[in-house]
Amino acid sequence: MRAERELELRKAGDDASDASRVDGAVGTATPHDSAVLHVNGRATYTDDIPEPRGLLHAAFGVSTEAHARIRGMDLSRVEAAPGVVAVITASDVPGPNNYGAVIADDPILAEDEVVYAGQPVFAVAATTVDAARRAARLADIDYEPLEAILDPETALERESFVLPSTTLARGDADMAIANAPHRLTGTARVGGQDQFYLEGQISIAIPREGGDLFLYSSTQHPGEIQHSVAKALGLAQKDVTVECRRMGGAFGGKESQPALIACTAAILAQRTGRPVKLRLDRDADMIITGKRHDFVSHYEVGFDDTGRILGIRYNHASRCGASADLSGAVNDRAMFHSDNAYFLEHVAIDSHRCKTHTVSNTAFRGFGGPQGMFACEQVVDDIARHLGRDPLDVRRVNFYGTDSRNVTPYGQTIEDNIIAEIVDQLEASTDYRDRRREIEAWNAKSPVLKRGIALTPVKFGISFTATHLNQAGALVNVYTDGTVQLNHGGTEMGQGLFVKVAQVVAETLQIDLSRIRCTASDTSKVPNASATAASAGSDLNGMAARNAAEKIKRRLTGFAAQHYGCDEHEVRFDNNEVHVGGETLSFAELVHAAYMARVSLSAQGFYKTPKIDYDKTTLTGRPFYYFAYGAACTEVVIDTLTGENRMTRVDILHDCGRSLNPAVDLGQVEGGFIQGAGWLTTEELWWNPRGDLKTHAPATYKIPCASDLPPDFRVTLLESSENREDTIYKSKAVGEPPLMLGLSVFHAIRDAVAACSADPKHAPELEAPATPEHVLDAVMTARGDTRV
Amino acid sequence: MGDAVNPTLRFLHDGNIVEIDHAAPTRTVLQWLREDRMRCGTKEGCAEGDCGACMVVVASLNEEATTLDYRAINSCIQFLPTLHGKELITVENLSPAAGPLHPVQQALVDCHGSQCGFCTPGFVMTLFAMYKSGAPEARSDIDDALAGNLCRCTGYRPIIDAARRMVTLERPAGRHAQPHGAATSDEERSAIETLRALNDERSLHTESRKGTFAAPTDVDAFARLYAAEPHRRILAGGTDVGLWVTKDYRDIDDVLYIGNVEALRDIAVTDTVIDVGAAVTFTELMRVLLDDYPELTDLFRRWASPPIRNAATLGGNIANGSPIGDSMPALIALGTRVLLRHDHDTREIDLESLYIDYQVNDLQPGEFVKRIRIPRRRPDQLVASYKLSKRFDQDISAVCAAFSAQVEDGRTQHIRIAYGGVAGVPKRALATEAALIDKSFDEATVRAAMAVLDEDFSPLTDMRASADYRATATRNLLYRFFAEATGLGATDVYTYAR
Ligand SMILES: Cc1cc2nc3c(=O)[nH]c(=O)nc-3n(C[C@H](O)[C@H](O)[C@H](O)COP(=O)(O)OP(=O)(O)OC[C@H]3O[C@@H](n4cnc5c(N)ncnc54)[C@H](O)[C@@H]3O)c2cc1C
Ligand code: FES
Ligand code: FES
Repeated sequence: MRAERELELRKAGDDASDASRVDGAVGTATPHDSAVLHVNGRATYTDDIPEPRGLLHAAFGVSTEAHARIRGMDLSRVEAAPGVVAVITASDVPGPNNYGAVIADDPILAEDEVVYAGQPVFAVAATTVDAARRAARLADIDYEPLEAILDPETALERESFVLPSTTLARGDADMAIANAPHRLTGTARVGGQDQFYLEGQISIAIPREGGDLFLYSSTQHPGEIQHSVAKALGLAQKDVTVECRRMGGAFGGKESQPALIACTAAILAQRTGRPVKLRLDRDADMIITGKRHDFVSHYEVGFDDTGRILGIRYNHASRCGASADLSGAVNDRAMFHSDNAYFLEHVAIDSHRCKTHTVSNTAFRGFGGPQGMFACEQVVDDIARHLGRDPLDVRRVNFYGTDSRNVTPYGQTIEDNIIAEIVDQLEASTDYRDRRREIEAWNAKSPVLKRGIALTPVKFGISFTATHLNQAGALVNVYTDGTVQLNHGGTEMGQGLFVKVAQVVAETLQIDLSRIRCTASDTSKVPNASATAASAGSDLNGMAARNAAEKIKRRLTGFAAQHYGCDEHEVRFDNNEVHVGGETLSFAELVHAAYMARVSLSAQGFYKTPKIDYDKTTLTGRPFYYFAYGAACTEVVIDTLTGENRMTRVDILHDCGRSLNPAVDLGQVEGGFIQGAGWLTTEELWWNPRGDLKTHAPATYKIPCASDLPPDFRVTLLESSENREDTIYKSKAVGEPPLMLGLSVFHAIRDAVAACSADPKHAPELEAPATPEHVLDAVMTARGDTRV
Repeated sequence: MGDAVNPTLRFLHDGNIVEIDHAAPTRTVLQWLREDRMRCGTKEGCAEGDCGACMVVVASLNEEATTLDYRAINSCIQFLPTLHGKELITVENLSPAAGPLHPVQQALVDCHGSQCGFCTPGFVMTLFAMYKSGAPEARSDIDDALAGNLCRCTGYRPIIDAARRMVTLERPAGRHAQPHGAATSDEERSAIETLRALNDERSLHTESRKGTFAAPTDVDAFARLYAAEPHRRILAGGTDVGLWVTKDYRDIDDVLYIGNVEALRDIAVTDTVIDVGAAVTFTELMRVLLDDYPELTDLFRRWASPPIRNAATLGGNIANGSPIGDSMPALIALGTRVLLRHDHDTREIDLESLYIDYQVNDLQPGEFVKRIRIPRRRPDQLVASYKLSKRFDQDISAVCAAFSAQVEDGRTQHIRIAYGGVAGVPKRALATEAALIDKSFDEATVRAAMAVLDEDFSPLTDMRASADYRATATRNLLYRFFAEATGLGATDVYTYAR
């Protein structure tokens, strides 16, 4: 047994060298704006909002069949149940019965066919939560079962797709593979993942006056909730207002699908004329709402003696579930990340968007990127094992170059490549080579336990691939006491967006952070905002807020110059004060004087990401403004009797550019890594042969616990880095990229499994997640054992 | 005595006595807080005891009624009437809205321990319970304390840091900020006085439109009532029963609460047995049992999580008799017997004979588990129990194996093997035992016995594991037992990685 190791952490310091002195300026590790409210229990989530008078509670009645025609429905027992006030079915939806944001294939309530077990068929509003949920179980629905397709491979065979298959190709992959000195084929299988935000989906719809409606919604995209609700209710967008102060986690799961919850609450509210709250309990949430897509990716690759890829062909099949939802963009991103950090000269990527009779999958941190990279990392690892080379060496020979070998399969030239530096630095700081040697020697003497190590890179493209979404608005209101309310189109889900954007405004106006209050995201303050997604929250909203703050600053400067009779360049905002020629006054004094002189103290800001330009039909162009980079080195131990496995040490080096807030960014890196590790180890989605999801609560679906944090965990933000593009204070997006650092865990386990084989070139047949069962399977295959 | 009943539920919250006259038997503490009291700091993340968002701390008098024990519990599955005579402490009680933060809270802020914040009040309360009962330093002890709290955002590192930091911070005034070991404050003394007064001789017996909640304090009264009204649902820790209500929406009209029966809450250790009252919680059981059987430390550490162990009872685990219950294999392997009682009659049977078939046991209507009698350790006894699950902490077993053996001169003189997760009930591996007994304890015999395990068990496939995996792991765990017992050095990954 080893002595317990202290948790070792190197944290980015609080001091951003050139930050000014205002409290909470850009670059300081200031706490989350709600930190105190979080810990004292006074942060208000949607379900905590004092309930309006006459509130009704809603619940869904759901399909028990994966695929069936509804022959008949008897809801009389539901209607008669105690406390029930209204029951609605598809025919009660005033507008089009659809909440699909991209394609109209998502009925709010099923019509004559159900397409997954758990699909909402009707909804009940009752006087209590308990009454609604109990009543919803009393329906008598007559189903005529139809054949159900329950996995992507069967769907692929039957050509059951939610969207047409797509190919991205460059060069001549087949020829390059055929002519290569070495060739391999293989299959990478990676499971899905539930977002498992701690706060379940919820919405409250409140009828106001003249037919208008106000909604609270736990959503990453209030604007879309507004638009969907208006459509479903047959209202104009002006008639619906949506607010969200914060979410208890989202991770992509609250990007498109909260519309289902909000529309249903809104329809019931309109029908009853009473406020209606629809809160899914955990099981309903996990059964009714979508997850990360599981992928099966076949590959064929040709490479040279060093492992350099000469030609590659991928065939991705993903489980989109019953409808398209965001699957088009998710699968596009999977294709765009099938290169990870590697130059693929001759490449062909086929992508099949499989339709299955399971819940419709949706966004989840990384948005397809992780699955593309998962396949790619397996290819590289397989090549290394085939050649008997260290996987890190093979990774390295394939890295994108800086001046040549730097164009992605979709035609974007990579201008900011730093992956080699990051990997070099991490290789040295982790003693990767020595440890690998030591592990090999140890494994030779250990029959039952085997250790493994892997160092994997991450390159992740930042921007929405749908170009029009790369825009943002903000509203800055300065009050006469010199304090500020800040509002922007972004939403707060825990990622620290509000504090970062407030820091930008503090820096711009040179006032302390405590003088700024971030108010709830609200469709009546900033209209038509994009979802807070694609890691782009602070890039977009930070810029928009700075734009708004600068407008006000310019007005104040103009006023001050005029008022005090000096040049505009003699007006300087600095640490809560304004220096005007020889005079110094407080920010509040200047604001008050400006107000008296009738200067507008409110401004809208706007931003659109420059340079991006991408053709959706050919899948080429510049979809990404820039790339974020990182690398992780993980060591694990596995038990070859049971397949149980454990991380023993993890080192991470991640690039956040010039961090707006190192504490927040560190939190994103650490949290993202653990979430990625969970995806690839303990988190398994399991459907029974009827198509019922049986892992629909924390009792059966296992996200990481405290003890899953490795005993030795060293996380560093790349020092003296800055974004080469002109992003907000040269920072980089950090929401999604760290999740993919978790790939190192999977590959370390693979490495340990490989050590079980007598053949030094054995490529483990390990499926993700690497549950004990999957690891044991792979170990037995490596040993040439059969299990039973 | 013991028959005087009290119809009013009384407990302490916010420094005041809460009195509820017609308390519904199965309304949860969380529902009461959020819906009746508009105390929304305590969150619902799962309503099944698995996420910790709903964590509260219950303070109760120790045996001598001189000090308070502070225990974290999951309010989402705890029925409100079980709070009778206790104090409920919620996140809002730790610091005033605009006042200084409690050291636990301050440490979390300092360490950036919250992101979305939804899990945070739950972590605050778990950490607060730690703070009040002697905060651990070692990483594995902190992990253990946090095993019942999930955080999806942070990855836990800052929360673990906060657990270390909280004891180093300045303490504001107020009773809750005084850590474990500090002198009893006046405020606390007055809480103790109040609780003493609430814990009078009378038994709680509430009546409401939703049913009744009877909580006798006397074991004879309990036995009499149950024999007379066998339709009553015995409630112990409620860590199974609570979920029937919150997840399955089952109606339970009349509850018979065992948690207040004094005579069922003690552990008597004699020369031959550890004699455990049915209402003893796992937290208390571990303190005694692990002295005799330190090999079972990991099993019990991984048995649910501390807040569940604070509520769940051994009697409940045994009576519930789930095929994936984790104490039964070990207790069967140790040769445990159970004492059953019906009205005035008692009988004692082997634990394994309690289980007849999937969800069918030998308890007769009106009969209950009174005591569990676990043999003391014998010298030279080899003992082990292994739990296999997807996650290390707070997971349900795919397979749970337990072994007790005595090997003399290289021969197996005594062997008992029991498994969970591989049959409809927790079950002994009789054929395998026969293949080992009186034979040389060597690799060849053990390998032969591994094949025999297939005769004893026929596992199924479900979301936790396939039948194949269970069968293979079942065999391999016997090998692990052999390897560990004979010093072949096959420790498990968890021990290795610690
Ligand atoms: C989050 C979570 C994690 C869990 N993890 C584990 C785990 O790791 N391992 C494991 O084995 N279990 C686990 N469980 C299951 C559960 O905790 C146990 O079964 C527990 O021991 C039940 O005890 P209780 O006191 O809570 O029983 P209750 O829920 O109060 O009662 C359970 C059943 O037993 C009956 N009963 C109770 N006491 C008696 C008695 N004295 N005589 C007759 N009948 C009685 C009740 O009427 C009821 O039918 C977990 C549960 C949860 C919620
Ligand atoms: S709400 Fe999850 S444990 Fe209680
Ligand atoms: S901070 Fe979001 S779940 Fe913990």
